[in-house]
This record gives sequence, C-alpha cells and structure tokens, in this order.
Amino acid sequence: MTALTRAPRGNGAEHRTPSRGRRSWTGYLLLLPGALWLALFFAVPIGSLISTSLYDPSGTLETGYRMAFELGNYTDAIRTYATEIWRSLWYAGLATVFALLLGYPLAYAIAFKAGRWKNLLLVLVIAPFFTSFLIRTLSWKLILADNGVVVDTLNFLHLPIPNGRLLDTSVAVVTGLTYNFLPFMVLPLYASLEKIDHRLIEAAGDLYASPFQGFRKVTLPLSMPGVVAGTLLTFIPAAGDFINKELLGSPQQTMIGNRIQGLFESGSYPAAAALSVTLMVLIVVMVIAYIRRAGTEDLL
Amino acid sequence: MSVEATVAPPLANPAEAGGGGSDLRLESVTKRFGSFTAVDDLTLTIPAGSFFALLGPSGCGKTTTLRMVAGLEEPSTGDVYLGDQRITSLRPYKRPVNTVFQNYALFPHLSVADNIAFGLKRQGRKGVDSEVTRMLELVELVGYAERRPAQLSGGQQQRVALARALVNSPQVLLLDEPLGALDLKLRRQMQIELKGIQTEVGLTFVHVTHDQEEAMTMADTVAVMHGGVIEQMGAPTDLYDNPATTFVANFLGQSNLVEGEIRTADGDELTVAVQGTTIRVPAERARVRSGKVWVGVRPEKVVVHAEAADAEVTNSLPRGTVSDVSYSGVSTQYLVRMPWDQELTVFEQNTGARPLLRTGDQVDLRWRPQHTFVLDAAQDASAGVQDAKVGV
Repeated sequence: MTALTRAPRGNGAEHRTPSRGRRSWTGYLLLLPGALWLALFFAVPIGSLISTSLYDPSGTLETGYRMAFELGNYTDAIRTYATEIWRSLWYAGLATVFALLLGYPLAYAIAFKAGRWKNLLLVLVIAPFFTSFLIRTLSWKLILADNGVVVDTLNFLHLPIPNGRLLDTSVAVVTGLTYNFLPFMVLPLYASLEKIDHRLIEAAGDLYASPFQGFRKVTLPLSMPGVVAGTLLTFIPAAGDFINKELLGSPQQTMIGNRIQGLFESGSYPAAAALSVTLMVLIVVMVIAYIRRAGTEDLL
Repeated sequence: MSVEATVAPPLANPAEAGGGGSDLRLESVTKRFGSFTAVDDLTLTIPAGSFFALLGPSGCGKTTTLRMVAGLEEPSTGDVYLGDQRITSLRPYKRPVNTVFQNYALFPHLSVADNIAFGLKRQGRKGVDSEVTRMLELVELVGYAERRPAQLSGGQQQRVALARALVNSPQVLLLDEPLGALDLKLRRQMQIELKGIQTEVGLTFVHVTHDQEEAMTMADTVAVMHGGVIEQMGAPTDLYDNPATTFVANFLGQSNLVEGEIRTADGDELTVAVQGTTIRVPAERARVRSGKVWVGVRPEKVVVHAEAADAEVTNSLPRGTVSDVSYSGVSTQYLVRMPWDQELTVFEQNTGARPLLRTGDQVDLRWRPQHTFVLDAAQDASAGVQDAKVGV
C-alpha cells in the first residue's frame, strides 16, 4: 500500500515526508468531529457529575452548592439506596436472561431457517422503534391491566396470579424491561449467527456431533460475540431504566433510576450525582469482569 | 514434509474401526434439485481399501454424489450401502464416514488439537490425547497443536483437515477437492503424501476433483462424471489409453479426433477410411463396428519426423503443415494444419536428437495402430474440451 502510493511520486526523500505526514493527519482529522462531540457532551458532563457528587450535601438550589470533596455522599448513597441498587441489577439481570432466552431462538431462526422471509422478519424486529418508547410501555400497561387480556386469560385458565394482579408488580416491570430491550439482544445475535459458515455445522455433523452437540460445540461458541454484545446492550440500559417502573410498577419496584430522578427533582444534586456515579462504576466493573470471562473458552 | 516421513509412523490399527473393510455401493441413486437432475441413476461399487476418484467438471454431480455418501444430502431415489448396511437415510453423525471438506471447514474457535480431537470426543472414545498426538505426527504438525487454524498456512490447514477426518478411522474417507485451494507446487507434494497416507492406513478414499492429473496421479480407479452420469470408469491408464467417449477423450488429457468411416471389421483388426487414407485399429479398441466414426489418437503418440517411423508405425495422415510451435522446455507442442483444414496436436519430447520444426514445415503424422481408438461419430467431437481447460 505504502509502496503503491509512493511509487508515482518519484524517488526523492523530501516527497515521502509530507506524504506520510498527510496520511497520519487524516486519521486525526477523521477523529476530530467525534472527539469534539464526546468532549463536549460526554467528558464535560461526566466531570461535572463527578464534581457535583463531591459537593457539600447541605447545599440547596436556593443557597447554592460548595465543593467540599465530600466522599460521605457516596457512603450515604450506597447505605440509603442499597436495596434499590440491588433491585436494579436483579431486574436488569432477569430482563437480560429472558431477552436472551427469547432472542436467541428468534435470531437463530431468522439467520438459518427464515429463507426469503429473513428481511421481513428483521424489519419486524426493528418495527417497535417506529413508535416511542413511552407509548409502547404504556400499551403494556393496558395489556397487563387488572381486566386486561393477560389477567383475563390467566383467570379463565384458573392459573394462579400472586396477589391477583400483574400491574404494579415486579413481573410487570421485568416484562416491560425485557420487551423494551429485546431488539438490542436480537440484532447483535443475528449479526453473529448469520456470519457463521454453514459448512462448519455440516463438518460438526460429519464428525459425529448430533445436531444438539453441533450447536453446543460450534454454533454457540461462534455466536458468543453476539451473546456478549446483546447482553451488554440489554443489561446496561435496563439497569439504569426508570420508565418501566414508573408506568408498570409500584413504589415496591423502585429502581435506582427512579431514585436518581427523584433526588434530582428535589434538588439533592450531590446525592443524585453520587448515586449516578456509583451505578456507573458498578456497571463498568461488572462489564469488564463479564467480558474477561466471556473472552475465555472456559466459559463453555 | 517428505513422503517417507508421512508414511513412516504406523497407524495403530486401521482395521480396528472396521477399516478391514466394507464396500461402498450406490444403487440407482438419483438426486434432483427442483427440475435439475444433479445425479442421474448412478450405480457404483467402490471396493474397500481402494483410492477412488470421481473426476468431472463443475456441475457434473460429483460433489452431490459425495454429499449423499456423507449423509449431507439424501438421494431422491436409490440407495447407498456400506457393506450390507443401508445408509441412505442415516444421519451424517451416525455414519462411519468422514469428509475432508473443500476449504477445510476447520473450526476457527478451536485449536489444531481440539479440531482433530472433535470427532473422537463426540464418540466418547478413550485415549483422545495420544490419538491426536499420533495424527499430528502423521501430518507433521507436531508443535502446532495449540495454534488456531487462522494461524496456519493453506497447506497446514489442509493437513489438519485431513488429520481431523482420518483420526476417526472411518470406513470411508471422502475428500472434496481437498487440494483445490493450494498452489501448484504444494498440490503436487500433497498428492504424493495423500497417496502415501492412503496406502499406509488402508482406508477407502473417495476423492472428488476436477483436476484430471490429480485424479490420475492418486487414484487406483477413476470415474469420469459428466451430466450426472459416469461416462467411463477404470484404471487411469485404461481411461487414458482407451477412452470410451469423446468427453473422456478430451477431458482426460487431449485427443486428436478425425472423422472416418469404417471399411472392414473382420477379425481382430478394423480398417477405417480417413481423408483418403486407411487407418488400422485393433478391434478391441473400437467402440463401434460400422458406419461413421471418430478416429482418435493422443498427441504424444504421434510422430512427425519421417525417419522416426519404424515398421510398426503404420498409421499415417500425410501432408500437414506446422501452423504453431509452443516450446515448453521438456516438450514441444506442434499444431499441424491438415489438408482438410483441421488442426491436430502433436507433443514431442525435446530429446535434442533433431532440431525443432518450424512454422510452415510439411510433415506427415504417423502413429502405431494400437494407439488408435475409435468412437461413435454421433458424439460431439469437442465435448469436454472447454471443461478440461477450465478444470486445469
């Protein structure tokens, strides 16, 4: 490549330096818009968030806030909201597992069995994005309502519903989370399954692997990049979500996102910021641990 | 990797997994994809322990045949037997048959050792590690056990694919264009090695290829497939020396085919009138006994120098003009334009005994009657010519 681009320039060393210089600048120039955007709308807010989390907690909107390097904000936040933190991680984890269980067979069917219906099915997976997140979650409120279709059906079949209702329960919140983030699970799964060379699956069969063994030893390991991407894209936003609890849950399902929102609304900025940073750090640590683990073959 | 080295490490016991042998039989096997018939009423027996080549241009049905033996396709009609067992509808993972896939299909997420161990582990066999080590020695990849396929060269990947199939000691080993992705030099080397390994392990090898030289070099028996049927089957020398159809004559090497008409067919010699001269043919080398025919002779059997003609070189087509000379070191290919405006080909070894002919030289083409073959004129004289060019 280098030789090819240089060749017509002749032999002078003085020609090479500017050409190499220009090429290396191109990369930075291409990075520039994104880097500026991130600096402005990511790095600056993060810095502001972290500094806010260290302000004197006695400040209010009226009196203003004072930097006090108050690490106590963190211990207070963790102590006060430990329940909500764990609940958020638990709900997000459940939603991720359910999305994976629903999404993997779906992605598999689209990638390997759909034939000419493939594109249509992919459009259907993305179709929910044509409506707003809020509207879709509100529809679930109707679906899960006390005299809604799901409750009626379960009653008709004489299947027990704990406490007699679905709305305002953790079932409703996890269902909402699972539903809302399912496409983020399906699309990366589909992308990695679709790339798998079908001859590898034939080769597994030729080498005495039953269809199930072939799936476990060849298809599943080769789709791990999709599993990792899908679970992260589901878990991370689900852990910080507050809409699903707001519309489908009750105070007993309060997630960390709802707390942060409440604290910001009441002007407790340092506590809200400390809680946000705590959640972020927790998720980053979990993601790193997960990727490390998924990166090894021992996972399977 | 030398031939001796590949042959040297003895396999524990090829017979232990049934290598002692069952013939592979296909009976009236037909495979249709929609309205296209890929394989048409194929009946074939491949004796245990033989190296069998299915040779043909792309689309001739050879790969489909192989896939039906592997269980990756099911015949539309007909049956496949291994020994006495009917395996027509047996799932691939239940067949004692393994495949070396075209482009290898190595598992990219597994190491070389795990790739080779794959089949043994699925069967729950004991002593996997020592078997894998033995295979790595056989294909001379000791020290590569922990590498991933992507870290290997094409030739090394090919050997892993071979080891991965061979380690299972299948009753039949299927090779689907196994050398197609290798460059010429490596291909020649692997041909010799594959043949050596086959002799060593004594398994039945069924080898699908479009490369006629590869098929002839390696196989005991070659079946030339064309349009879903076997045109001719036999030892490489039989096929080459005595082709049964114009397709075989052109696809397997080159042939000069000249129009003629049979004059006499008495006793063990035929005479054929060709462009005003008489050509003699041993009766057993004639596929038809009367009427219009193609008279064929291989280019290297023809001599162009008058003084080379000894008493036995009695067939002759006179008064050709050399129209092209291609010198390739070992040999020279002449194109000779005949008075009836057909170009015939002559190969001559460059022994240095005589100077090369030049364009415009007048020559007579001569050859021995026992090198002549006679085919039915109803066939297309150029069948297989293009396929052979594409193939090589």
